[in-house]
Amino acid sequence: MHLLDSTGMALTAIARYPLRSSMLLIAIAIGVSAVLVLTSLGEGARRYVTEQFNSMGTHLLMVTPGKNEVGGLGGMAGGLGHSPRPLTLQDAMALRRSVHIDTVTALTIGAGSINFHGTEREVDVLGTTSTQQQLFNYEIVKGRFIPEMEMDNAAALAVVGHTIAAELFGTTEPVGKWVRLGDLRLRVIGVLAQTGQSGGRNMDDTVLVPVAFAMQMYNRESIHRLMIEAVSADAMLSAEKDILAIIKARHRGHDDITVLNQGAILDTFNTIFLVLTSTLGGIAGISLMVAGTLIMNVMLVAVSQRTQEIGLIKALGGRRSQIIRLFLTEAAILSVFGAAVGVFVGQAGISAMRELYPLVDFRAPGWAVAAAVLMAVASGLIFGIMPARRAADLDPVEALAGH
Amino acid sequence: MIRFENICRDFQVGDETVHALRDVNQHIAKGEYASIMGPSGSGKSTLLNVLGLLDTPDSGHYWLDGRDVSQLSDDELAVTRQKVIGFVFQSFHLIQRMTALENVELPMVLAGVVASERRERARAMLSRTGLEDRMNHRPDQLSGGQRQRVAIARSIVMEPKVLLADEPTGNLDSQSGKEVLDILESLHEEGLTLILVTHDPVIGQRSHLHLRMRDGEISAQRKEEASAYAPAG
Repeated sequence: MHLLDSTGMALTAIARYPLRSSMLLIAIAIGVSAVLVLTSLGEGARRYVTEQFNSMGTHLLMVTPGKNEVGGLGGMAGGLGHSPRPLTLQDAMALRRSVHIDTVTALTIGAGSINFHGTEREVDVLGTTSTQQQLFNYEIVKGRFIPEMEMDNAAALAVVGHTIAAELFGTTEPVGKWVRLGDLRLRVIGVLAQTGQSGGRNMDDTVLVPVAFAMQMYNRESIHRLMIEAVSADAMLSAEKDILAIIKARHRGHDDITVLNQGAILDTFNTIFLVLTSTLGGIAGISLMVAGTLIMNVMLVAVSQRTQEIGLIKALGGRRSQIIRLFLTEAAILSVFGAAVGVFVGQAGISAMRELYPLVDFRAPGWAVAAAVLMAVASGLIFGIMPARRAADLDPVEALAGH
Repeated sequence: MIRFENICRDFQVGDETVHALRDVNQHIAKGEYASIMGPSGSGKSTLLNVLGLLDTPDSGHYWLDGRDVSQLSDDELAVTRQKVIGFVFQSFHLIQRMTALENVELPMVLAGVVASERRERARAMLSRTGLEDRMNHRPDQLSGGQRQRVAIARSIVMEPKVLLADEPTGNLDSQSGKEVLDILESLHEEGLTLILVTHDPVIGQRSHLHLRMRDGEISAQRKEEASAYAPAG
């Protein structure tokens, strides 16, 4: 018997029982599309997080005051009951001595109200340095960013977010105008392009000021966070060592800062999301096993419905292997079609999710698509074997009589 | 062509053993026209199933076309059926989803004959049974007589040596039955060994070798006036 013939016979048998065949197709399609949609969720989340990290530059170290010990809140408070030493602007400036460090960006955050000609608005305040622009790829539509200057220079300058510029100034040109932030007066030198969320805040609603200015305004000793770019990816470890050594020397031998390596964080996130994606895929894969038992059921019904036909094929010289092949071909065709429909439906579902949440790049990973299709076909064949053997083992006399 | 030597076939029905074939010895010559008759339960069907290699005897030897076929494996039996035996059933056993032509092609599909040759041979057989204009009809679009003629075309398409017909006219009106019987007899006249099971004594009388079954035993009687047609051997 030729492959084309067994395929043809299986196809006519499938077409003969459209309801049964389509139910089976749907069961497999649901399983496959579930795998695709669920893994695309995990993969989309992973891509989103990775993108967020990468938008902050690649070889980045984050330094926060206080030793973040593993295993509890005690560490967060900086050790045995005393509060951590402040991480000062002088500490930050000292770090620039390291040859492994390219830029040091000092950040301090707060809130306040900004006032221009009697129009007042609540805003987020971000004390920063000129280096932040390059780090976060901020675009300026008017004027310029915080200029390069000494970190402890508390110049009264402000760069305003897009929404603030629009709401506070309307049609007036904001650059060069004096505004009041809390009790202090400062001059607007630039307007950010529409940026949206970045580094955990809405930049369109933020006023950026020199970090020293913000610290004076809020009467703070310690900055919130340092973002340090190493000169290269290879220099990350040396830079981290230098940071710890320099701060330890300045803090009288106390190791009271936390250094986070962006690459290490990213790796951790990648691992977490990969595990999450595989788990989701595995759970969805169970539905394919369920579909497999359905294949077995449907094929068993097919065998009992076609008992006489099987008897006839035997009488006409059909061998055992040929009968097994006929029924396996049928199961294989159904599961391949089901998988194809499932891939189609799954991709459609993923496209719909992208429409709903354009921020996240939902995408079923290639391995998940391949695994889902392979599993569908394999379960079709594995669960098809038993009914096919049952057909082949029928006694020809009994089968012809329809028993 | 066919020789039975001490063939026995028993069935277990509940606690009771039914001897469907008791020590049957029979010879059917090549080109013979034989009929098997007998009341139900006499072992007719079992005899036909054993003849057709659909069932294997518990003991004894069955020589078919010069070969002992009583101990063949399932696959060897299948191949032998394919090459040597043609079946015609009372209930036709056509596959409903296939056309007449496809039904006739089925044995050749199983034998691996290429499509073009298959089609040609199936057409020739359907023409032979007078169904040139019904080739692409499905069984449910055909009359009973036409269906049986499709089945006959299917049974001879592999050029078997023995044709086994189990009540071939049992489901047909007398006119269609006569047409079917005419075709079968014309095949016999061309040299095919024809064995038919029937209830109908009129049909039985037309054959040359009458095999009567009773309680698993066989008694043979040759139709004297027809012996001129029966080839020797």
